[in-house]
Amino acid sequence: MNLCNVTHLTKLSLVSLLMLPLSVLADTAYVSNEKSDTLTVIDTNTLEVINTVDVGMRPRGIIFSQDYKYLYICASESDAVQVMDVATNRILHNLPSGEDPEQFALHPNNRHLYIANEDSAVVTVVDTESRTVIAQIDVGIEPEGMAVSPDGKWVINTSETTNMLHWIDTSTHELADNTLVDQRPRHVEFSKEGSLVWASAEIGGTVAVIDTATRSINHTIRFAIPGVHRDKIQPVGIKLTDDGKYAFIALGPANHVAVVNANTYEVLDYLLVGRRVWQLAFADNQSKLLTTNGVSGDVSVIDVNKLKVVKTIKAGRYPWGVVVKP
Amino acid sequence: MVYFTCFLGILTRELLRFWQQRSRLLSALVRPLLWLVVFAAGFRAALGVAIIPPYETYITYEVYIMPGLAGVIMLFNGMQSSLSMVYDREMGSMKVLLTSPMPRSYLLVCKLMAGALISTLQVYAFFVIAWLLDVQAEPAGYVLVLPALLLTALMLGALGLLLSSFIKQLENFAGVMNFVVFPMFFLSSALYPLWKMQESSEWLYQLCLFNPFTHAVELIRFAMYSQFNVQALAVTLGCTLAFTGLAIWGYDPKRGMVRRKAGG
Repeated sequence: MNLCNVTHLTKLSLVSLLMLPLSVLADTAYVSNEKSDTLTVIDTNTLEVINTVDVGMRPRGIIFSQDYKYLYICASESDAVQVMDVATNRILHNLPSGEDPEQFALHPNNRHLYIANEDSAVVTVVDTESRTVIAQIDVGIEPEGMAVSPDGKWVINTSETTNMLHWIDTSTHELADNTLVDQRPRHVEFSKEGSLVWASAEIGGTVAVIDTATRSINHTIRFAIPGVHRDKIQPVGIKLTDDGKYAFIALGPANHVAVVNANTYEVLDYLLVGRRVWQLAFADNQSKLLTTNGVSGDVSVIDVNKLKVVKTIKAGRYPWGVVVKP
Repeated sequence: MVYFTCFLGILTRELLRFWQQRSRLLSALVRPLLWLVVFAAGFRAALGVAIIPPYETYITYEVYIMPGLAGVIMLFNGMQSSLSMVYDREMGSMKVLLTSPMPRSYLLVCKLMAGALISTLQVYAFFVIAWLLDVQAEPAGYVLVLPALLLTALMLGALGLLLSSFIKQLENFAGVMNFVVFPMFFLSSALYPLWKMQESSEWLYQLCLFNPFTHAVELIRFAMYSQFNVQALAVTLGCTLAFTGLAIWGYDPKRGMVRRKAGG
């Protein structure tokens, strides 16, 4: 290698070093709009909408593959899970999903999708590579929330009418246990190390914190917002910070996100966002939290360090899910 | 230098008067705080506030009315200084002031400036209490709002001064409350966004748009969020100049209202 080449290489690496922080900072958020059958793409740095992508009918749950190359979309009314190429924003193909898929979770093996089929009371397991259904597990009525434990051992599904968390063993694809929670469980979220499960109950108005080892409830969190009727407090989306400090809980038609101390389970604050706040996602190294506000048709951005809502961005009609690509 | 000494003299007198009437500060603060704590609590649910500039997200009603209440403090203060002018005239202390060799217009402007500074101090006292009540704007906004507050205080003070040239006796002051303060307050964007007004009545909305107080409140509101509202500045500045000019004319013994009243 001659000297000229070496300088050239040094220059290149310098340039790439300079470019690195920029690409790290600017995350991209994808929001599924239930009623306009589109995805709204938001730059989390400028907090502006940069693209709108047409997808299948009634997109709700969305999730990235681990390498962020593909975006899986539950197109509920198309009865399919669509696979989108993130680089081109084009739908590549559909996966068999069973009827009316609403929420799903991807196994850490980056291959198996666990899909809740709301109308047929089953969880469908799809292999994303062979594009085949490899198992269907009977669960309670109206299955909805889905989560896979970080070690990949457990899959939890919530059923809205049976009011249970169903524990599915991923090695056998059989139902291993059930945990009874408050009315209409909507969403489940594992803590980072997987020892706890947070489950929201929409009608019950509570969030249960469950011990993964014993599969029993440790603590039940309740909410009260001055000036907001109890019935309007309907917890749905949950997100936990990796540092174990906070849990954020979307309170549906109460139009607020609750900030909970993840250690003491004390509710620290309620942050005002748009109407019917549904799902949440972190962005920019967990310094921001994005919320989908269904009825007001927008996305609110919360500064996680200051615990303040900094901006609300117009999205499509009835934003439902949100995921972020670094 | 002489001019500055004169200004300092008037400012000291106004400050002294303000300090001696500490209850005035109390009442100036109690009024907006009642709105903030009681009225806003009752209205919170009834009046969902949509996102309108300069706000970038949903806000509570308390946050919405904060700039308006700052304006109200200055509105009442402006009128109060008009009251004190009438009082000074009746008590004879104005004659002492007028023995000064300075031009009369300069004396009036000094009095306006002194009043504006006192108004602004009261607004900051209100901001501190509101902050403690968790009704907050961005930190930078509290600095940027200073020129907007001073200009608004000048405009309202000039209006008060203009009115005081019309008012012959203290007793007439109740009329000012009914025909100036309340209409200016309620027909503005201080308590409700104008699009809400437009929803219920187009002509009321137009009336609000003609109210200089609306523009002063918007100037304060935008400044509190580090934004600049050109239209609001133009209207507030224009009105300040017009009111000041008219007030000076009104106090001119050769042409203005004072002479006419004395003659008639």
